[in-house]
Amino acid sequence: MAEIIIKNIRKQFGDFVAVQESSFTVEDGEFFMLLGPSGCGKTTTLRMIAGLELPTSGEIFLDGEEISQRPPSARDIAFVFQMFALYPHLNVRKNISYPLVSQGMSKSKIKDKVSEVAGILGIEDILNRPVGGLSGGDRQRVALGRAIVREPKAFMMDEPLGALDAEFRERMAEELRALHDRMGATTVYVTHDQLEAMQMGDKIVVMNNAVVEQFGTPREIYDKPATMFVADFIGSPSMNFLDFEGKLAENDTQVELSGTVLNIPALREGAQGKLSYGVRPEHLQFSDKANFRGEVIASEYLGTTQIVTLDTACGMLKARIGSDQKATVGEKVGLNVNSQTVTVFDRSSGQALKSALNEGVVGNG
Amino acid sequence: MSSFSVTDTSSRTKRIAGTLVIVYALITMLPLVWIGATGFKSPADAISYPPKVVFSPTLEGYVNLFTTRTRQTQEYLQNNPPTNWADEIVRQYDMVIVGPSKFGERFLNSVIIGFGSTFLSIFLGTLAAYAFSRFKIPLADDLLFFILSTRMMPPIAVAIPIFLMYRNLGLSDTHLGMILLYTAVNISLAVWLLKGFIDEIPREYEEAALIDGYTRFQAFYKVVLPQAATGIASTAIFCLIFAWNEYAFAVLLTSATAQTAPPFIPTIIGIGGLDWPAVAAGATLFLLPVMIFTIMLRKHLLRGITFGAVRK
Repeated sequence: MAEIIIKNIRKQFGDFVAVQESSFTVEDGEFFMLLGPSGCGKTTTLRMIAGLELPTSGEIFLDGEEISQRPPSARDIAFVFQMFALYPHLNVRKNISYPLVSQGMSKSKIKDKVSEVAGILGIEDILNRPVGGLSGGDRQRVALGRAIVREPKAFMMDEPLGALDAEFRERMAEELRALHDRMGATTVYVTHDQLEAMQMGDKIVVMNNAVVEQFGTPREIYDKPATMFVADFIGSPSMNFLDFEGKLAENDTQVELSGTVLNIPALREGAQGKLSYGVRPEHLQFSDKANFRGEVIASEYLGTTQIVTLDTACGMLKARIGSDQKATVGEKVGLNVNSQTVTVFDRSSGQALKSALNEGVVGNG
Repeated sequence: MSSFSVTDTSSRTKRIAGTLVIVYALITMLPLVWIGATGFKSPADAISYPPKVVFSPTLEGYVNLFTTRTRQTQEYLQNNPPTNWADEIVRQYDMVIVGPSKFGERFLNSVIIGFGSTFLSIFLGTLAAYAFSRFKIPLADDLLFFILSTRMMPPIAVAIPIFLMYRNLGLSDTHLGMILLYTAVNISLAVWLLKGFIDEIPREYEEAALIDGYTRFQAFYKVVLPQAATGIASTAIFCLIFAWNEYAFAVLLTSATAQTAPPFIPTIIGIGGLDWPAVAAGATLFLLPVMIFTIMLRKHLLRGITFGAVRK
């Protein structure tokens, strides 16, 4: 098992830059998520680690060894494809044993290994079946079996749950995470689903437009977004942005939006021009006394909570409040903001201003 | 109102469709049946009018196809009794068998040249098609067009340059020469057909094989080739049919050594009058290899082996 260090990696296809100088570290045994919208370069990054693409520049270290220009067969990294890519002309057993055959392992040893892996994945009874007729979940397990049977240094997974039905995804996600915890293998996992990333990952890299936006634990990424993109991409409904213009100095703890004064965590840098005040829906509470007021436009009932859309003097807001509270359309309510969770962004650069909240956050700045 | 379905057809529609297919099959089969039957007719039955549908079968045609015969005196015939059943058949015309004809040899030439050029076309075509399908080749589109453009004129239009070229290179009337010629004609078809088939095979399979520790070439023949079997089989059938039936170049470029069956069969007519049963027998035998080859590969043509392994 191994640590993977990505250093200033870059990939260009002709004039198109798929990945811009990106760096991050996957620690030994981590379940590491590459998250971003489609076309952001996350899959290209994964393929470069596996050796299916060679980086234009930059270095990749696996266990201290520089591997960026090696062919995939010389990297000892397994890959689980989104569409599984099981060899259709071979049965389940042969599919799983394929990587071992290439290593020249003896037949009896291969048999033992395949049985062991089949036991772990619970697919002993389908070993002699052709792969064509298998259900999505079983194909997924066979693809995983083919990856784990060789005991590689690391696993690459390219949206492995993307091809499964919704009801099955959750179960497979749990199985995957359990399998990872049991084997302790370093895993890099690509997904565009923020929930999947938050639920399964130890660490997350958020990518957008070929650039790493932020790198950190799910909690860090959610609570302390480094850029407006991350704040918007993670969380449902996403963070509220109240745009304003003004001038802020270091150590400021208040901003003024259309006449309303709101508290913020102490700033560690000054800024001016187009700014944005970012607050997550669950950090807003109804409060009759508050002087920040808005009119209820709509309410979506979600069981334990409800999402209330409000029209305020500073712009539209969504608040997540308990469903026991009353929110009547047309009613004017006061809003309390949990000010220690607020992030102020510079709209021209998209970056979060450094503050007491987000010290130590690794963004793209 | 009765419901209408695309897949469930009424029994009346089915009967009409079935009848049409059978009628069509009978029409296309008729010449083949006629050739097959004529091979077993006596020369008199073969040319009788109205044509005989019921006749007493004889192997005369086949004996005449495979032998050369000569007329003998009654005295000779009485002193030398027939040595085998074939000899007995030709004796009714006061003839004796003096040796084998060239048909066996010509047939073998057809097999060597037909299958040889098919193998070579498929071998080169598959490699080229794979390269065009998977690698970034400068001017790939122009090259593909150039390859196809060799098919835009009838091959026989270049017969004279090829004839002169082959004479100078010493390729005239050789098996190698004919194999190369038919390969050159077939390869454009092979590259284009196979490229289409290989384009359909998802790259993930090869990438999975690369990850699993195989080289690119191993990935090609262990993973891509089995997937392309269907395409290779149908392309091989097309190539064989062309090489097997080709007549014009064979007449022009082959004579004593490498002559194939198509230019040979008409020459039978010249030996001792219009021997239609022998010509029909030759044509029947000539049809068999392509038929057998097609039937052998039929399961590849029909079997979609990639079903469902990659979800789309």
